[in-house]
Amino acid sequence: MVSHFQREVSAIAEQYPEPTSAVMPALRLAQEQHEGWLPPEALREVAEALDLTPGYVKGVATFYDMFHLEPVGRRLVEVCTNICCGLRGAQGVLDAFESELGVAPGETTPDGAFTLRAVECIGGCDRPTVVAIDDRHRFNVSAAEVPQIVRELRDE
Amino acid sequence: MSDVIVLADADDHDLTKLSEYRSVGGYAQLERIRGLAPASVIDELNSANLRGRGGAFFPTGRKMQFIPSPQQIPKPHYVCVNADESEPGTFKDREIMNRVPHRLIEGSLIAAHAIESQHVFIYIRGEYLDPFEALRAALDEVRDAKLLGGVTVVLHRGAGAYICGEESGLLESLEGKRGQARSRPPFPAVSGLYASPTLINNVETIATIPKILDIGGAEYAEIGAPPDSTGTRLFCVSGNVAKGGNYELPMGISIREVIYDLAGGIPDGRELKAVIPGGSSMPILTADQIDVPLDHDSLRALDTFLGAAAVIVIDDRACLVQLGLRVAQFYMHESCGKCTPCREGTRWMVQLLEAIEAGEATHSQLDLLLDVCDRILGKCLCPLGDAAALPVASYVTKFRDEFRAHVDQGGCPFGGESSLEGLFAPSDQHSHAPAAEVPA
Repeated sequence: MVSHFQREVSAIAEQYPEPTSAVMPALRLAQEQHEGWLPPEALREVAEALDLTPGYVKGVATFYDMFHLEPVGRRLVEVCTNICCGLRGAQGVLDAFESELGVAPGETTPDGAFTLRAVECIGGCDRPTVVAIDDRHRFNVSAAEVPQIVRELRDE
Repeated sequence: MSDVIVLADADDHDLTKLSEYRSVGGYAQLERIRGLAPASVIDELNSANLRGRGGAFFPTGRKMQFIPSPQQIPKPHYVCVNADESEPGTFKDREIMNRVPHRLIEGSLIAAHAIESQHVFIYIRGEYLDPFEALRAALDEVRDAKLLGGVTVVLHRGAGAYICGEESGLLESLEGKRGQARSRPPFPAVSGLYASPTLINNVETIATIPKILDIGGAEYAEIGAPPDSTGTRLFCVSGNVAKGGNYELPMGISIREVIYDLAGGIPDGRELKAVIPGGSSMPILTADQIDVPLDHDSLRALDTFLGAAAVIVIDDRACLVQLGLRVAQFYMHESCGKCTPCREGTRWMVQLLEAIEAGEATHSQLDLLLDVCDRILGKCLCPLGDAAALPVASYVTKFRDEFRAHVDQGGCPFGGESSLEGLFAPSDQHSHAPAAEVPA
């Protein structure tokens, strides 16, 4: 019995001369279908779909920052804290998210609504501070507007 | 003639649309050169003296000439476009993909013709969602318009790893592996993706090609600072400036002109302290060096590089020890862990810089830090270790008094007032290279 997921992965794999190249897109797809993270069964599904071992797939997944091997909140808030944003106040933006959400970077709120992360440069250095919310980048974020951003996200 | 090449016509037209791009001559060069021998494309790039825009500045035409013909190596040939832009301070490829995606696709298809390839992969960093969507939409249009000419173009999204912007890490990642650097030789030209001949070029390099063929290599070679630094760059200006952004300008413009004439100078009445000319991996320049022209040879004379043309402006509020610490933390996190000098050396650098910032270091540890940098430089399979060691060593050397003051005063002379105070290095991201315990 071929699962829907397997068919999707097979279609991706056909784009590549070697099906193993599809492991990253397959992991992204699996993560989307498992509430934003990769539980062991997701790794097994990717492994089965591409005829790899779960250990190999986990080895790949653990290399890349955007694959989450622990549960994450329904909204992912990521604040750039590299030097260009740092020169322009990224610390204050991160602090503001910490106090609004009540969690430290790397933590998820107890209600599972938000995960807050500090991340490396995400390529918006001319418009600091850059904040990624579910992979969408917001630019020129100041600490002062963080409470409003969090309110809006809670209401969505 | 206008000296805007890569972003030409993008201010007046929505070049994300195929029809608009065609209205300004888009895909005309692709259609023209498909009737010509591959070598004619390479000849034009050689006469333009186009150099790689990813940072290595290698002649693009010569790189193509290194690719054996399909008769010499009867395997599929591949073009890999490096869109894994991750160097802190760099955001030019993002703008190219967002605003002129068709120019990148046209350039990719021309490159494929030049090396007789039928397969293009565009490896785009996972964090770049909007550029991915812009490229995907453009590619759909091109496919529908039957402009691909039998070439497959695959957009491959990364998932967060700086090392995948290094060509061999990119190839490993594209093959579905951890993105660790490969030892070379063999070089990708002979044995790259799936052990086949592979051309790897940066987004900006590829997106420059259509205009070079349009105006001719000889005319292109007159722009900028010939003979070596021909053409334009997208200078990514960030940090303590009034108007950061991408500025496409001929190479050879001075840092002073970029900061004060284009980017509006230093805000808040502050003084310029230092400038990083090419992205966080490049050695720093002091405020009295900013009359240097932004071209390869002029910067080499000052022991630094144009790199990815990311000009990071730093005012007098920043503590350079903190800057060094944050840069070292970044490269420590991004080290793939394959080579010991990089994996362990970046950790040593971080530990020493933490001790200096905390006022717990001795003067001899400043020399130890330089020694650690020296033991990384040139001793790894890829340039990531150098990317950590080069800039940090330059901070210690050029701002030695500030480093010494940390030792003498038993703490940071900025007393908590540095603009970089408390800058948080991500601690919950994956460690690409599991850490060894460093003895105290």
